[in-house]
Amino acid sequence: MTNFHYIGKEASRPDGPDKAAGKALYIQDLQRPGMLYGKIKFSDFPHARIKHIDTSKAERLTGVRAVITAFNTPEIRLGFMRDNFALKKDKVRQYRDEIVAVAAIDPEIAAEATELIKVEYEPLPGLFSPHEAMKEGAPLVHETDPQGNSRTDNLVPLQFHHESGDLEAGKRAAKHVVEGTFTTPMVQQCCMGTAGCIAELDMNSNLTIWAKTQIPFLAQRDFNRALSDMGLAGKNARVIVPTLGGSFGSGLDTHCYEYIAILLAFRTGYPVKIVYTRAEEFANLSPRQSSTTKIIQGCDQNGKLTFRHVEVLQDNGAYTSWGATYPSVMMMPATSLYRISNVYFNAQLVYTNNTYCQAMRGYGNPEFTWALESNMDKLAEEARIDPFDFRMLNSNKPNETTPMGLKISTCGLKECLETVAQKLNWKKRHKKGKHRGKGLASLIHVGGGARIYRSDASGLILKLDDFGNVNVYHGGVEMGQGLHSVLTLAVAEALGVSSEKVLINPTDTGTCPWDVGTHASRGAFMACNAAILAANKLRDKIFGLAEVFYPQEVEKNLKKLKKKNPNYKPPDFDVIKAARRENFELQDGFIFIKDGPQESWLRLELARLLRAIHFRNQGQMLTTEVFYDPPNELPDFKKGFGNISATYAFGTQGAEVEVDTETGEVKILKMVAAHDVGKVLNPQALKGQMYGALAQGIGYAFYEELLSQQGKILNPNFRDYKIPRVYEMDFPIELEFIESNDRFGPFGAKGVAEPGLVPTAPAIANAIYDAIGVRIHDLPITPDKVLAALKKLK
Amino acid sequence: MKKEISFTLNGSEVSVTIDEHLCLIDVLRGPLGQTGTNEGCREGECGACTVIVDGRAVNSCLYPALEVEGKNVTTIEGLQEPNQKLSIIQQAFVDHGAIQCGFCTPGMIMSAKALLDTNQNPTEDEIRDVLLGNLCRCTGYVQIVEAVKQAVVQLKNKK
Repeated sequence: MTNFHYIGKEASRPDGPDKAAGKALYIQDLQRPGMLYGKIKFSDFPHARIKHIDTSKAERLTGVRAVITAFNTPEIRLGFMRDNFALKKDKVRQYRDEIVAVAAIDPEIAAEATELIKVEYEPLPGLFSPHEAMKEGAPLVHETDPQGNSRTDNLVPLQFHHESGDLEAGKRAAKHVVEGTFTTPMVQQCCMGTAGCIAELDMNSNLTIWAKTQIPFLAQRDFNRALSDMGLAGKNARVIVPTLGGSFGSGLDTHCYEYIAILLAFRTGYPVKIVYTRAEEFANLSPRQSSTTKIIQGCDQNGKLTFRHVEVLQDNGAYTSWGATYPSVMMMPATSLYRISNVYFNAQLVYTNNTYCQAMRGYGNPEFTWALESNMDKLAEEARIDPFDFRMLNSNKPNETTPMGLKISTCGLKECLETVAQKLNWKKRHKKGKHRGKGLASLIHVGGGARIYRSDASGLILKLDDFGNVNVYHGGVEMGQGLHSVLTLAVAEALGVSSEKVLINPTDTGTCPWDVGTHASRGAFMACNAAILAANKLRDKIFGLAEVFYPQEVEKNLKKLKKKNPNYKPPDFDVIKAARRENFELQDGFIFIKDGPQESWLRLELARLLRAIHFRNQGQMLTTEVFYDPPNELPDFKKGFGNISATYAFGTQGAEVEVDTETGEVKILKMVAAHDVGKVLNPQALKGQMYGALAQGIGYAFYEELLSQQGKILNPNFRDYKIPRVYEMDFPIELEFIESNDRFGPFGAKGVAEPGLVPTAPAIANAIYDAIGVRIHDLPITPDKVLAALKKLK
Repeated sequence: MKKEISFTLNGSEVSVTIDEHLCLIDVLRGPLGQTGTNEGCREGECGACTVIVDGRAVNSCLYPALEVEGKNVTTIEGLQEPNQKLSIIQQAFVDHGAIQCGFCTPGMIMSAKALLDTNQNPTEDEIRDVLLGNLCRCTGYVQIVEAVKQAVVQLKNKK
């Protein structure tokens, strides 16, 4: 085992002091000279034709600089299927559709102006559930597709399908079969810092946009296309990412408000800022999709799984974002969590007049694992096998290939299960009538990038300066998760410098190399792998040049030393002979000869070596660029096959609960989370990710639900939309990290950002069942649902 | 209506002419340029905007600006010590991984400070009580509570 200097040791994050001092600059804090404030007038109907827009009063309001609609601006299409428009012209398809936008000298005037706008509509019948939208003769949300062809139904034209093995044979082999339908609600990312951007065009018509994004380079592509739509073909969008107040998937797409800010900046000639209020964020920023999953599984008399049949139905809302590809992730646990050979998976997405949805942490996995792990417990009970034993029996193993073609390199699932069972004292069951119970649930998730785009790569540049600083340019996004914390450690470790000398530059498409985006728990995996590659290249360069410059510089050291200490007798050591690239080592910012004498004059400060290389005729500065593309494949999602990730993360969570059968309240007594993380890079950052994800899992389990009635969001505030507070998180949480040292992972590590919330809800639901014998099928598990289920039981 | 208000901000006298209807956060973030205080919801639900007025933690997004006349206001900018040194509570947040995106952090720290200024020996329940009004979406609060407990110990040792 390598002896690491930085990896695996507690380290505080580099941006911590600024954030603690209130000096971090979020989009809310940024100002540009002459900046105007944009505000959007959203639709008053969920589905209607736009008959007339009267903006005259708004235009006359003092302080208003521009009022734009789809009628006086170029058409900009956007979205994963290009079915959305920055501003809507013919009709609105959801309450949050953008009809008019205003730029004014302050936010209050902009808000007042939007209230002066009058829109006449012809209301159309709305569709508010996928079931309604799939009925024959249902009104169409989109009459045509983006190519202008007529549409005949509300199905989103995306296919996610998998069939493997022999399903009928699997059914015949099953002694026990259990079926269930499970639902999950829309939930909001609830970033503490709301969404926003500033768009600014220079007089060459190149755009700079400060954006709350997780995909700066895909955003650049999207915005460049918009510039082209605006008649500015060939002009460039530079995307700069300020400090993000959380993101959790909400930055995986470009948003209408960003294009509107660009249009307003273009119209007015001034920078335009749009920042959502909290109410706007809840009502107008896309949440996590709701889902309905029907699952049937069977096992033989020994408890071996024989088949799995899954059908997923998702409410896409009115437009299509990247989040519509949730089934690409659901397919992964559906085909590959636990050993299974006969699988059917199909997912259908349907347009409705509800708010359109997008990515959120876990990306389909919490939705599907809710169904799978609840159903696993039902099947275990049917087969009269302990749920822990049942999972152990069917557990994945290292070095196996799953029906989807996932190549499992390392797999710590058994260790995770055993750890949770041990920490929960699993075999010691609570006595009946105590209303206490224990439950567990596991997960599989991508842990080595996720190729859902042609390139899954991540570039990185290391630039050394005369002071021994290592300036890092990386296109990944720090949104709070701690990417820059582990990247700092990885660079320090791999290059051999002190972590204080590692300076991470802001993410900016103008200076950083391309990265597909910070999603799918890929940030640390990609950045740290790229850092190792770059550091190795750079060390090679340094050591090559050191053959000439190291002897010269240490000779100066020796001279100085002899001057100070005339009696000093250097050891018998031929520096010039030893100065071969393969003999050098760089550690903590000092270069020296491996196995050479331990004399201080032979330890040369990297900065001095770099200056010697720089300040001479034909001098050189050292910079290295790498482009790391992980060994994974873009799956064929229509066939449901392909090794989407280089490695996979596993984990198990266990819950012990007590249920108050009078009130339906569930109290968590204890939670254990055991995760196969490959390797702990920074314990402090890792714990933060896991505790935080677990809290989101608790919210998902118990109370989070974005309520929508006839397409209108009913709870657009923190009073009515509850997320966990410090009191709800007042129970013991034991985190256990299994280090499987994955061969593809940087220093052995796997991605860790999302797994922590994936199995939380089913672990809790399984514990509730163990406590009181009721099975909740629909998240969130509210006291009302618990009471209703208890009543049904009696 | 415009009105001039004078108050003490982080130890210095300030006077500023404001629209009467503004809340304290607007004055802090606007004319006074103190952007460390964050606006998370503007309805007193998230606590990101917490500042201390005459020793009491308040939501500056609801606090009428006119009411700070003659009062003593402390914001996150007032905690830092000279020569780039963080205060004990701030440093404890950094040391314990209590910070992720950081948007809630100034409010959390101000709530904790208001408690520790008056109670040098708070129980964990008392710590949780004062943080009840501060939402955090990133951390699950575990390391935040640990940080405040550590700050309690360090503040005691300092005395």
